[in-house]
Amino acid sequence: MNAQDRITRDESRQRLERAVRVVLPVLALGAGVLAWDLLVRLRNIPPYILPSPGLVFETLLNDWPVLWSSLLVTLTTAFEGLALAMMGGIGLAVLFNRSRLVEYSLYPYAVILQVTPVVAIAPLLLIYLPQPLAVLACAWIVAFFPVLANTTLGLNSVDRNLVDLFRLYGASGWQVLWDLKLPAALPHILGGLRIAGGLSLIGAVVAEIAAGAAGAGSGLAYRIAESGYRLNIPRMFAALLLLSVTGVAIFAVLSLVTHLALRRWHESAVGDEREA
Amino acid sequence: MSSTAAQSASLSSATGAIVSLRDVGKTFASGVGALSGLNLEIHDGEFVTLLGASGCGKSTALRIVAGLIEPTEGDVVRPAGRNGGIGFVFQDPTLMPWASVARNVSLPLKLAGRRDAQADPGVTSALARVGLSEFAGSYPRELSGGMKMRVSIARALATEPKLLLMDEPFAALDEITRFRLNNDMLALWHDVRRTIVFVTHSVFESVYLSSRIIVMTARPGRVFTEIKIDAPYPRGNFRTSAEYAASCRTVSEALERAMTVS
Repeated sequence: MNAQDRITRDESRQRLERAVRVVLPVLALGAGVLAWDLLVRLRNIPPYILPSPGLVFETLLNDWPVLWSSLLVTLTTAFEGLALAMMGGIGLAVLFNRSRLVEYSLYPYAVILQVTPVVAIAPLLLIYLPQPLAVLACAWIVAFFPVLANTTLGLNSVDRNLVDLFRLYGASGWQVLWDLKLPAALPHILGGLRIAGGLSLIGAVVAEIAAGAAGAGSGLAYRIAESGYRLNIPRMFAALLLLSVTGVAIFAVLSLVTHLALRRWHESAVGDEREA
Repeated sequence: MSSTAAQSASLSSATGAIVSLRDVGKTFASGVGALSGLNLEIHDGEFVTLLGASGCGKSTALRIVAGLIEPTEGDVVRPAGRNGGIGFVFQDPTLMPWASVARNVSLPLKLAGRRDAQADPGVTSALARVGLSEFAGSYPRELSGGMKMRVSIARALATEPKLLLMDEPFAALDEITRFRLNNDMLALWHDVRRTIVFVTHSVFESVYLSSRIIVMTARPGRVFTEIKIDAPYPRGNFRTSAEYAASCRTVSEALERAMTVS
């Protein structure tokens, strides 16, 4: 009887905690928006300096056709960048894992690519490549390294006894890669992809901004830059809002994929399940 | 399948042993000498224990028998066949956490190129033999330590190997689980009549299980002496008998002497 009581009490406490974790951020957001609105109203701040949240929302609705088509452009670039980063990162990590010589020759350059700020590379790329390709290249450059680094780590942290076991049963190199190393590295790979998703969006935005007015593109970042030149601050805010929501959505989708892929066996995903 | 492995083994060995090590030495790249002048013969159907202190090279000897490492000197004869001939159980369960129990057990068959390995009767019977038929669809993290070890044993049995090598498989388990698994191991060995080479540092475990105990010296390891345990199988009440206590004392004394010689 006592134990039963404790279980129900535990359950209701868990439910309360879950509710609090949703309600609190929503409350904080509401308070922030309210403070913003009050500030604009009480100080009579003109919309070309700081638009009120209501005006931003209005602009979002009114300019939706323009913003939506821009969002699609940026989103497509980000996803293509992520897909290429995934293929390149995993592929190169597998190559590194198979051949030390390749790793020693190429790894330093992967690091250089990562530590050089993409803002500094973008103008150069825009000179040599057509604009859509240059934007895609920037998205790829920033998203590529986390996938490579995490996959390399994952491939190298395989249980040595399992490697011995595969050897004992005469596994081919392909079988070791496909049935042992890649599944073992999966949590690391997915972790890398989650970072790369956000970075890919950042890379696309940076390149669009760098292309600026000279570009013929119509991505969201291009809209922000354009609105800035025209002092259309409400649209700047609306585009920015859309960009953050997109970033959050990409992260959420990749987190969901991670959870679904790992929930049966990996401690990280199992822990999530117990909490959620 | 197993008879051809036995034949080729006996053809290559003049003495009829299925495993024989002659003057085997192993020095690691770090310069550590693990084994030196090790002579060992294992015959069909035996349950042999390699007993020695930690770091005496007994695991190294087992890995040499398995072909996982090559000796620096000496000759090794082991059952033929690239994989079907030997099963290996590690100190840890060494399961693939991303795969179900059935997929883990069927791994050796899959690596041998068997299609639809999970549905193989070898997998079903290996799981039944360790009492885990109902857990075929479970994942390793859902099982207790003892159950994981059973999965590991089932996997080693899946190819019906002639020779089963076990490297301190129960060292990390609690005593109650270890006793049960010891009993299960003996029943299994009795049923299927495999040859088992078992590595342990527990005198009690070695006496209870084996038909022959090989006591090894400190590193670099070699055979100090061997002791036959003549108690008949099955050994239901053996653990509480006076003979068991006497054998344990003999083996303990031998082990103590083995550790002081150099």
